[in-house]
Amino acid sequence: MTTEELRQDRLRGLAFFAKSQLLTGDDVARAMKRMAHEIIERNLEVTNVLVIGLQRGGVPIAERLAALLSEISGQLVPTAALDVAFYRDDIASSPLREASMTTLEGDLAGKTVILVDDVLFTGRTIRAALLALSDWGRPESVQLATLVDRGHRELPIRPDYVGKNIPTSRTESVKATVEGVWLGTKGEQ
Amino acid sequence: MSFRGHNVLTLEGVDASSILEVLDTAESFVEVNQRTIKKVPALKGRVVASLFFEESTRTRLSFETAAKRLGADVVSLAVASSSVKKGESLRDTIATVDALGIDAVVLRHKSSGAAVQVSRFVPHVRVINGGDGLHQHPTQGLLDVFTVRQILANRAGALGSETGGELFKGLKVLIVGDIRHSRVARSDIAAYTALGAEVRVAAPGTLLPSDLTGWPVTVVENFEEALAWADVIGLLRLQQERGTGAFVPSLSEFTATFGLTTERAAVLDPTTIILHPGPMNRGVEIDSLVADRDNAFMTRQVTNGVPVRMAVLYLSIAGSKELA
Amino acid sequence: MTLLLRGGTVVGPTATHIADVLIRDGRIAAVGQNLDATGAEIIDASGCWVGPALVDIHTHLREPGREEAETIESGANAGVLGGYGALVAMPNTEPALDNVALVSYVLAQGAKTRLDVAVAGAITVGRQGESLAPIAEMAALGVRLFTDDGTGVQNPAVMRRALQYAAPLGVRLAQHCEDEALAAGGVMNEGAVSARLGLVGRPALAEELMVMRDIELLRTTGGRLHFLHLSTARSLALVQAAKAQGLDVTSEIAPHHFILSEESCEGFDAHFKVHPPLRTPSDVLALRAALLDGGVDAVATDHAPHAPELKDLPFDEAPAGMLGLEHAAALTLEVLRDDPVAFFQVLSRGPARIAQLRAIDNAPDGSAHGGDVVAGEVANLVVLDPHERWHVDKNALASRATNTPYHGRELHGKVRATIVRGRLVMNEGELQ
Repeated sequence: MTTEELRQDRLRGLAFFAKSQLLTGDDVARAMKRMAHEIIERNLEVTNVLVIGLQRGGVPIAERLAALLSEISGQLVPTAALDVAFYRDDIASSPLREASMTTLEGDLAGKTVILVDDVLFTGRTIRAALLALSDWGRPESVQLATLVDRGHRELPIRPDYVGKNIPTSRTESVKATVEGVWLGTKGEQ
Repeated sequence: MSFRGHNVLTLEGVDASSILEVLDTAESFVEVNQRTIKKVPALKGRVVASLFFEESTRTRLSFETAAKRLGADVVSLAVASSSVKKGESLRDTIATVDALGIDAVVLRHKSSGAAVQVSRFVPHVRVINGGDGLHQHPTQGLLDVFTVRQILANRAGALGSETGGELFKGLKVLIVGDIRHSRVARSDIAAYTALGAEVRVAAPGTLLPSDLTGWPVTVVENFEEALAWADVIGLLRLQQERGTGAFVPSLSEFTATFGLTTERAAVLDPTTIILHPGPMNRGVEIDSLVADRDNAFMTRQVTNGVPVRMAVLYLSIAGSKELA
Repeated sequence: MTLLLRGGTVVGPTATHIADVLIRDGRIAAVGQNLDATGAEIIDASGCWVGPALVDIHTHLREPGREEAETIESGANAGVLGGYGALVAMPNTEPALDNVALVSYVLAQGAKTRLDVAVAGAITVGRQGESLAPIAEMAALGVRLFTDDGTGVQNPAVMRRALQYAAPLGVRLAQHCEDEALAAGGVMNEGAVSARLGLVGRPALAEELMVMRDIELLRTTGGRLHFLHLSTARSLALVQAAKAQGLDVTSEIAPHHFILSEESCEGFDAHFKVHPPLRTPSDVLALRAALLDGGVDAVATDHAPHAPELKDLPFDEAPAGMLGLEHAAALTLEVLRDDPVAFFQVLSRGPARIAQLRAIDNAPDGSAHGGDVVAGEVANLVVLDPHERWHVDKNALASRATNTPYHGRELHGKVRATIVRGRLVMNEGELQ
């Protein structure tokens, strides 16, 4: 394993220590409202939109986003949760992630999927998500919304909707929730 | 100590958090088993060998299905129909299979300790004990406690994983039948007691282990009272092929003294959960009509076998780091 | 050959003293201070014990029938490396040693080896436990010990008849005490450990009941009886009580029964499978106490070689038995390091008396074991360093087999030299 891989290993089991707050709850709310409008502008209508949040950080953001879309469009936009633990490409080399529930049901044919995550980083989680989605059929399109894009992509993955671009170094860590966004580090409890 | 990256040989000495980790993971796999495409690529490219030296179509299919639904390739050796002769060393048979390049072996064997021995022969391969003689049957113990948690949690309107291990604290479990010769009993007792349940056992004197020192169980003196006391009744099969017959005068005498007859079942609390690892000897340890009741959950046990085994395989195999 | 063992602690039957031992023409020529060493090969025995060569009255040499596990020659080599000058070969070969032809064969093969091989004949034909073997004929060849070892004689009527027949012949019967009906199918001690592991047990009672039975049979028939590999505290106590009542009974224990307990079976490693099985920790303590207070007559190895692949079989299928010749001395030292007199009593003098291999027993081939270390005695001697540290390596044994349960164990005490009939047959781990 490379030094970087070993470091990522350790980080997963560790706690987040905030150093500075970059966005307040209000900032996040404004950004998400903007994202919701962007989604509607691009897709013209929300009849076939399904908002899928990635476990775990993406789920509350997806729920908030779906609520905003419903409010703006006047139509109920459904949401679901997707866990990608079993689809990761690093299962053999990394400590296992705990699996959470997937509430996705039915076939995705004809649907416009808005995949939602809290922080977009290397892109590997999104790759796993696309692989997982392929088991549910063939959506009309898959668009990616992320609250924070912190750079350092390792795969050719790009977001369609971004709440905030935050350049970071690899050693830093970002926590993004509907309550705010913080920059910090991960360490032992 | 978690099962992640480790062999699954016994439930003896396993702590509650390790068991709950399996149960929580299994719950995710229950959902996978409800999809149209019942498959995830978690073990893609891994090879799981299924070595059943003892006939058991049901358990073997359950394990093989579990492995395949994780995307693994399965190499299957049902020894009854193979050329393995009696006396060919277990070590040689394992070496032959290992030479094919395997990541894990699921082993069922008539000899107690066979899985432990195999784990010494191939330390680089993950060994999952599918039942070794009278010793242990870990995945059965795990799917039994998974089933109990699932039932109790659903009654309270929750998912099992949302309840953690709380539902087992003080749970009253009665295990009935041929404890002496039962690997399921040994695994069940380990699992239930690790999770905090109170376990009592009921059996004819000759079907209790020769020495119960150190067993975290109480032997019941009055079977009828114990049935009324229990929240969960785990019935065991009379192991006729292991010569249980010599230990009791007749099957009918066993049924009269320790069988779950219609009369006995009639006075049970309707919420009592009845379990049996299968295959049942209908009319012996359980009356046929009782077996088909709503509070007998044998079919649920079988259904849960696949996701629980998926969880075990996933944690054991995927959790092994390849330090290439 | 002239040999001088210089400056060792000479261990007699009751006391020790530091002295040189000069060996010439097969006998001890002199024991004293500053002996003249002209023309002698000198062995520096300072810091070492010099005592009678060890005698194992319970060895399985597997020839004829199971030569892939051991032969008479390879077993004898293992013996001299372990400090033994004499072995008694058990009769459970294939076919069993129940007649003059086979006994002669083994004696003849044994005569070619580096040590003295005696034979224990079977009590019953084929060791089947039904009809008596030609005990008198075998005795005429010099056989003094008879046993069906491997199993005990199950039928009390047959055992009584055997005792009655053997009594006037001056020989000793020996019994492997285990009631087969009680022990049937068992692979380890019956108890809490076997219940947890799901292994069928061999209860202590299976051994103790037969010990009780044979003591009572002997009481009515007279004669001499030796109890093989006693493994429980109660068995030893029964035999000690019988001895106190004047019965001619003797006892032996095997190192594995005072070094290992049933807990060794927890990993399901068949190297720890033996009949009678490894017992409880309190039994182990009782056996060790008996060694210290003279409550047991002999330590015997029950050396039981098996082809390596057989010990890889599942625990219940694997054959029972462990090697013992090369490590018995060091293992016994774990208990008797501070008592060299007791050490040689249980490993040499006691066994020699039981098997009638002493000078006064007039063995036909003139061998004389377990004697005092004084001038005139046949030179069957061992030089042993009671402190040397070494490790057991199952791949470096003289035995053909590798089924020792002690692989990797650190031992304190090593045999440095073995002398049989005045010949140096083993020196510093090398066969001569």
